[in-house]
Amino acid sequence: MKIPVSITVNGKVYAHEVEARELLVYHLRDRLRLTGTHIGCDTSTCGACTVHIDNKAVKSCTVLAVQADGCDVTTIEGLSGDASHPLQVGFKEEHGLQCGFCTPGMIMTASDLLMRNPDPSEHEIREALEGNICRCTGYHNIVRAIQYAAKEFSTEVVGC
Amino acid sequence: MSYIGQSVKRTEDRRFTTGKGKYTDDIKLPGMTYAHIVRSEYAHARINSIDTSAALAAEGVVAVFTGDDVAHIRGVPCGWQVNFKDGTTMKEPAHPLLCAVGTTVKHVGDGVAMIIAESRAAARDAADLLVIDYEVFPAVVNGAEAIKDGAPLVHDEAPNNMAFDWAIGCSPEEINAAMDSAAHITTLDFVNQRMAPNAMEPRSALGNYDDAMDSYTLWTTSQNPHLTRLLLCAFVLGLPEHKVRVVAPDVGGGFGSKIFHYTEEALVIWASKAIGRPVKWTSTRTEAFLTDAHGRDHVTKAEMGFDTEGNVVGLRINTVANLGAYLSTFAPAVPTYLHGTLLQGLYTTPKIRIDLVGAFTHTTAVDAYRGAGRPEATYLLERLMDKAAIEMGKDPAQLRLQNFIPPFDGVTQPGYQTQVALQYDSGNYHAVLERGLEMVGYEAFRKEQAEARANGRYLGIGFSTYIEACGIAPSAVVGALGARAGLYESAQVRVQPTGKVSVYTGSHSHGQGHETTFAQVVADKLGIAMADVEIVHGDSDAVAFGMGTYGSRSLAVGGSAIIKSIEKVLEKGAKIAAHKLEANVDDLEYADGKWTVKGTDKSVGFGDVSLTAYVPHNYPAGLEPGLDFSSFYDPTNFTYPFGCHIAVVEVDVETGKVKLNRFIAVDDVGNVINPMIVDGQIHGGLAQGIGQALLEGVQYDETGNLTNASYMDYCMPRADDLPMFETDRTTTPCPHNPLGVKGAGEAGCIGSTPAVVNAVMDALTPFGVLDLEMPMTPQSVWRAIQSKTEGCSA
Repeated sequence: MKIPVSITVNGKVYAHEVEARELLVYHLRDRLRLTGTHIGCDTSTCGACTVHIDNKAVKSCTVLAVQADGCDVTTIEGLSGDASHPLQVGFKEEHGLQCGFCTPGMIMTASDLLMRNPDPSEHEIREALEGNICRCTGYHNIVRAIQYAAKEFSTEVVGC
Repeated sequence: MSYIGQSVKRTEDRRFTTGKGKYTDDIKLPGMTYAHIVRSEYAHARINSIDTSAALAAEGVVAVFTGDDVAHIRGVPCGWQVNFKDGTTMKEPAHPLLCAVGTTVKHVGDGVAMIIAESRAAARDAADLLVIDYEVFPAVVNGAEAIKDGAPLVHDEAPNNMAFDWAIGCSPEEINAAMDSAAHITTLDFVNQRMAPNAMEPRSALGNYDDAMDSYTLWTTSQNPHLTRLLLCAFVLGLPEHKVRVVAPDVGGGFGSKIFHYTEEALVIWASKAIGRPVKWTSTRTEAFLTDAHGRDHVTKAEMGFDTEGNVVGLRINTVANLGAYLSTFAPAVPTYLHGTLLQGLYTTPKIRIDLVGAFTHTTAVDAYRGAGRPEATYLLERLMDKAAIEMGKDPAQLRLQNFIPPFDGVTQPGYQTQVALQYDSGNYHAVLERGLEMVGYEAFRKEQAEARANGRYLGIGFSTYIEACGIAPSAVVGALGARAGLYESAQVRVQPTGKVSVYTGSHSHGQGHETTFAQVVADKLGIAMADVEIVHGDSDAVAFGMGTYGSRSLAVGGSAIIKSIEKVLEKGAKIAAHKLEANVDDLEYADGKWTVKGTDKSVGFGDVSLTAYVPHNYPAGLEPGLDFSSFYDPTNFTYPFGCHIAVVEVDVETGKVKLNRFIAVDDVGNVINPMIVDGQIHGGLAQGIGQALLEGVQYDETGNLTNASYMDYCMPRADDLPMFETDRTTTPCPHNPLGVKGAGEAGCIGSTPAVVNAVMDALTPFGVLDLEMPMTPQSVWRAIQSKTEGCSA
């Protein structure tokens, strides 16, 4: 049985019929072709699929598409298309990414952190990244990228 | 401006930070189907029957294939041959694409059937409808157990589960005499545990057969698409190579695991023709644990002999390397020629011998994982050094300095000939350790440590000084050692009519930032803007050939190939420039993007010459139009990066928790093109090496079940497990490649593991704990402390 859902993604309303079991991450990737949101594990552990639902970071592999019905979803594609968001700038300036696969999730998690805590300590940043795994960077430059974003820009700009 | 040596920000970042990267699983072709591989739940079992009827009848299922359907296809081959000591060839059992009825599955995760459906979910649903009758047999998972008489056999053709036995170094008599002469022998019996590479992007393969052109395209998560194409065409499917295009688009990390040619790549290509539609397979994380080649897994007895002064007199090693159920692409090379040949380390050890057995077990195949053999060599040497220092009452840093090979630049002084075949290119080993000691503040730390101990706090410092063989590798040398491929690299530099430059490299970037680093080199050498240079990689239709990226080889080998092509461009460009300037070629000099007649202000720019090459109206007689050159570069030696890593830890003796307070890395990777990228490579390697010491390790139970095959169970390093790293460099250029570079991809992972273990052992010295297996979890550390303090603890 298919269930109709209407989800606002990056400011645009999408109405589809979905299987009840369809995960939001597959809905975004396969149906809406927003492939910036990645899948790195089967257990909601790696955080590569992190998006915002109603301005809160959520692992989209843990949410059914039907649960997002009526919600406002922001993916990495919705942050800024021209890489001008402070976190996008920070990740580039501080070499916070290598292969790029965890990066969208890292940025979405970091964005959530900076909305809640505009001036996090190094310890707070590391704690906030507990649910996001990176295999390339050793996290060193991801921490610096988030510090860069926090330092350079005001809370209003950081929020999305 | 000069780009070389600058921390230029990466040009590739924009697509990744905006979600526009294109990884294999992001690709969706019209009419595409989804494959699910049904895998064995048993480590060792015979397939008596498979009933596919219910699965075939399920909604959305397009096809179900079993081993019988692909039995006519040869399995995936091994790319390196190591012989037994008696000269007989290694045992090389077939690795079928799927296990057929009547044959045995050989590890949990072995492929048994492929279900192709209209959706991912339909394929997985149908998997539950497959009825497979297994007859289950006992399994063996430990390499040392596997070679004992009576152990369950993985392959009938490999008695005692031995793929090969092997040795390098001096004779048994010589090493025994050296060890007999030693005043002190330090011994370590240990396991270098099995690691899961865990690139964040799971493997994926998309095959598409084009009936109109009778050609195939494979998109795959590969570090070396051309090598995959060669193996696929020449050894597995027997397809004409010119009719097969292999593309490795954006690839989300590799760490070795995406070097190898995997069964799924052949299956999707074959199945695409069979069903006449594109077929995509994407691994789940648990499948990644079960099927991506693992790393390490050595069981070793190591002995290092010293004279009364503390000079090393001999090194005697016995190792069993667990190779898993099948020989993966480069598996035989890793414990032998990438491990045994590194046992000289940085020391003047006069006698060295290693005897090693490669063992089959009912486990996932083991192959190169970041460092590949060199971390194992470094681990045993550096653990021995620190343990010996404790046993002999010597300072671990001083013991190393005393035994280091003296500095040599490889230009005015010859390379250093080791006792285990290699000739080091250039090195200054004292410099990295002395810099490390300075950075850590060694004397002050020892005081702080003593004070802390007096207050019941246990700090420890651990050293590791390493060398690696990178820039893999001279083809003739590796050919003599068993490689079935050359290990050169190719590069094409195509100057467009407008002076813009496209560079086609056989190296492949999956996080290393080649699009930036290579462009820096090209822009500098041609004297043009980086924005005018594009680096193209990862597509066999675009790039003539390539051996790919692994073994820290891209800049040393692939970069050198680019330099060769640039030299050809400039040589031809000079002829065109001379014609335009009405001068002799010998009177020209090239700088800042223009040829100038020496001593005059007459010059012509690179863009002008490029246009002339393609619009040759007024042109040198006899010269071909165009400005486009290809080159192959085959290195003359390996490169030998080295360094010193120092870990500072505090052990909470109440909980066993190890806190990594500081990590200092002084690495010498030769000349550096982009310091920011090199630092990033070091950081990532450190995290992986630290992960092995403290957190990670693949675990099998006795039945061969991989018990921690998910991120819930396998402990990956997280941001809050690690400190900010303190890195520095010394620079000893490589004397035998044009850029003087040595490679930085694996260094962090090679040096860091023993540094952390040594630091924990140093912290636990008051308890008399001298050795502990990895990963050193809170539980294992706490138990070790308890075992020594039993009866006197509260």
